[in-house]
Amino acid sequence: MPDFIAQWLDQNDIFTAMTIMEYWDGMVNTVQLVFLSLVIGLVFAIPLAILRTSKNPLVSGPVWIYTYLFRGTPLLIQLYIIYYGIAQIPGIQETFWWEIFREPFYPALLAFALNTCAYTTEIIRGAIVSTPHGEIEAAKAYGMNWWMRMRRIVLPSAARRAVQAYSNEVIFMLHSSAIASVVTIVDLTGAARNIYSRFYAPFEAFIFVALLYMALTFVLVFAFRKLENHLLRHQRPVGS
Amino acid sequence: MLDLKGYGPELLDGAVVTIELAFLSLVLALTLGLIGASSKLSGNRLAKGIATFYTTVIRGVPDLVMMLLFYYGGQVGVNILSDYLWDAYEIDFFFQFDPFISGVVTIGLIFGAYMTETFRGAFLAVEKGQIEAARAYGFTRWHTFRRIMFPQMLRHALPGIGNNWQVLLKTTALVSIIGLTDMVRVAEEAAKAERMPFHFFIPVAAVYLGLTAGSELFIKWLNKRANVGVVQGS
Repeated sequence: MPDFIAQWLDQNDIFTAMTIMEYWDGMVNTVQLVFLSLVIGLVFAIPLAILRTSKNPLVSGPVWIYTYLFRGTPLLIQLYIIYYGIAQIPGIQETFWWEIFREPFYPALLAFALNTCAYTTEIIRGAIVSTPHGEIEAAKAYGMNWWMRMRRIVLPSAARRAVQAYSNEVIFMLHSSAIASVVTIVDLTGAARNIYSRFYAPFEAFIFVALLYMALTFVLVFAFRKLENHLLRHQRPVGS
Repeated sequence: MLDLKGYGPELLDGAVVTIELAFLSLVLALTLGLIGASSKLSGNRLAKGIATFYTTVIRGVPDLVMMLLFYYGGQVGVNILSDYLWDAYEIDFFFQFDPFISGVVTIGLIFGAYMTETFRGAFLAVEKGQIEAARAYGFTRWHTFRRIMFPQMLRHALPGIGNNWQVLLKTTALVSIIGLTDMVRVAEEAAKAERMPFHFFIPVAAVYLGLTAGSELFIKWLNKRANVGVVQGS
């Protein structure tokens, strides 16, 4: 190790084992929060996207209203409404739900999942409606019913077209999750804010956390590039 | 009728702050985007490298972390600079880093990176023949840019600018976290004091929804105007 780095590590009193552990706990919280909300969002987004493509306005209308509301307002306000609002629901403090929602983690999870679900629904809808018509005609000619067509033709083909936009949404969600720190969750940003206020060292605290977020982002970008290559392998030029 | 418990005027002032913040950030973002795109497309390797570094860093770091870094770090930076100037040259230089300026700078920087990509794509979409023709007419580089490239690029850039603006508008809510009294901050204080979260946050959400919906219509209209005379393929 070069001398100046060793010297710096010796002299610094910010990056001790304790603060590194604090960052680590924050990282665990961030990853959990983002991963769970993405999974929940995706699970609900697929059926909602199918409903959204329905020709019946009574079916597609409510889904449209949901995505419009959640995409048209800031996530921070959605988080505030859910976080502060849940405690105000009459009678909730007597039910078991209160045991769950008094922890800030769960209101935040709910807000993030609802938000990402709205964006994901629109991404998948876009991919579904751009399915080449020939694929659907071919499926019909083979006598596939609606469900089989959806499962075997439309959704797999839509997944390939959605993955690029979805990877952006995943990164967007990772970055948006930083606001969890305003409802007292100690995520990565929360850890950085604590360490800043303890040492009054904005550059160390926030640049370090920015590097951690960047590392997470690049891991995600890399993973999605792999996934995309895998999904689009049939389009690879012959011989490569 | 909506009863805002006397917080009405404050909320209105907050809304004005939000809109001012959004517009100033947009101006900064557009300027940075143009500079960034020109550097990325220029032959200069240094300029290209700086622009690529800028867009990569911004896309890897959350908006809020950036904002906290500029707000808290900016003040410390000013303090250090001011100490240094006083010690070395006896120049009395100091200013308070306020949340509004930090907000404009951060949001402008972040969306400048996104605008860079938008403008880069748009510049590349202008036909090469147009530029060659301009050169053949003896246009200088600046004239080619101003009369040929810029107006034609704008048409391709508009949808991207529109999307970025919609995201930017929602990002302004974050500035309430570093203490700017925008409408989110006022609503938060009012909601806590009156213990009525829905009562104050839902009108604010409605204002945001109105702003995004209004922008959507305006962008559609701009797009239509910019594409007058373009035959759309079906």
